[in-house]
Amino acid sequence: MKKMTRLLDHPILGKLDDRKAIPFTFDGKTYEALENETIAAALLANGIRTLRIHEESGTPRGFYCNIGHCMECRVTVNDQANVRACLTVVEQCMVIASGKQHPNIVKRMVEQQ
Amino acid sequence: MIDVIVIGAGPAGLAGAITCASSGLKVMVIDEFIKPGGRLIGQLHQELSGEWWNGIKESERLHQEALKQSVDIRSGVSVYNLEKDDDLWNVHTSIGTLTAPFVLAATGAAEYPIPLPGWTLPGVMSIGAAQVMTNVHRVQVGKKGIIIGANILAFAILNELQLAGIHVNRIVLPEKSPLSGKAGEPEEVMKSLLNAAHLAPSPLLRMGSRFMKNDWFRKTGMRFFPKSGVKVNGTPLLLRKAALEVIGTEQVEGVRVADTDANGNIIPGTETVYEADFVCIAGGLYPLAELAAVSGCPFQYIPELGGHVPHHSETMETPLEGLFVAGNITGIESGKIAMAQGTIAGYSIAKHAGKGGTAIVEQLNQSVKNVHLLRKQAAIQFYPDIESGRRKMYDLWEQLYANPARLHTEEKLG
Repeated sequence: MKKMTRLLDHPILGKLDDRKAIPFTFDGKTYEALENETIAAALLANGIRTLRIHEESGTPRGFYCNIGHCMECRVTVNDQANVRACLTVVEQCMVIASGKQHPNIVKRMVEQQ
Repeated sequence: MIDVIVIGAGPAGLAGAITCASSGLKVMVIDEFIKPGGRLIGQLHQELSGEWWNGIKESERLHQEALKQSVDIRSGVSVYNLEKDDDLWNVHTSIGTLTAPFVLAATGAAEYPIPLPGWTLPGVMSIGAAQVMTNVHRVQVGKKGIIIGANILAFAILNELQLAGIHVNRIVLPEKSPLSGKAGEPEEVMKSLLNAAHLAPSPLLRMGSRFMKNDWFRKTGMRFFPKSGVKVNGTPLLLRKAALEVIGTEQVEGVRVADTDANGNIIPGTETVYEADFVCIAGGLYPLAELAAVSGCPFQYIPELGGHVPHHSETMETPLEGLFVAGNITGIESGKIAMAQGTIAGYSIAKHAGKGGTAIVEQLNQSVKNVHLLRKQAAIQFYPDIESGRRKMYDLWEQLYANPARLHTEEKLG
């Protein structure tokens, strides 16, 4: 996906303050967030919408509600699993990993029968 | 030692905290978002007077006032349980268990989802999510969007997206189903929009209400609704198109739609695909009340208020000693009403805590009157029958709790 623009100037809300750029990694690649930006916003600004794939089906997921209710945006942050990307501010050198598909041994067994 | 724990740093919670603290109580406010203000910080619209209602400025004002009153505000803290232990409430949070004799639950609202095939694709989001990304985080959600669902909230946020230069291509309805309910019936949607147009001469709705005020249009209703839609601030509103599926592989690529009849039934053979790179689902708001539920507070389903609400009085008490509520947890209304309800709750708590002297009763009465006044002045209502919904709740409170002796007798008789 193409990078999404940050809305630097707004007719009513005005210009965004100059904020420090902060490096972080997502699935091993380095990106820049702005200071006090959530993981979901920083990744979107870098053109990344897929925050995880569904544990069972493997289909892609992004943020849905953006305010912590739906749990769709959960990622792993510095080895802590199930952290909501929409409520967590990026910190210097944060290591973020997307959610991965899990093996479903029972389902595979049933399918093979 | 904390006297009052306020859950939620939105307009209701902050106003409640300010009132409690100015009455001499020690207050802590907790909220799981990254900064105080709640959903107020996303709001941006022009008032009847032409002035802008800038939610960011309003929340900054409340935040500063709260700090001046020495309110301890903790952002980024989640609450996962609420229970009472003898005289104290235990509020279980991500930073440990906090205790206080009084709790104000001001948890606000959440959005009704409208599930449809493909809605889990990245790029599909609730309309409120787009609002927060645009006005709070200031990141563009996409280049070309489609809104599914036509209601007051959708129009308000459409206007905000347009202000920020975000292009919304079309507004369509969800397909009629048990999950979408009235939101999938063109005539019902039309009726609710007409209702809003009648109530609201605000610039926000004027854009959409020009056509709705047309008598011919009212009479002929949906039968002759133009297939190309009617423009709402430049964006076609297609009341006779229903979204069947969001399509895409890795992310949103478009929405498959079909024409519908006046009742929202799909007309076979009319399917087409609208390209888009983001989709907003606008299902409306409901009171976010899980914490009141886990605390053991009784509930009532009142559709006029937006859903299930904890039992509460007009002075914001619940049947549970020490637990108070304010804002959208009690029913869906504007941020201004939420603020005014927070003030009621603040005085109510101060009165229960024996603070505020003799003046407190009059202050409490005045704050209740203020909510009535603000409600009468409101240009738009998310739920048009809000007054009757409020009345239902307060009547129920009178029956169940205001006269416990009578209840006791009825129980015996029953």
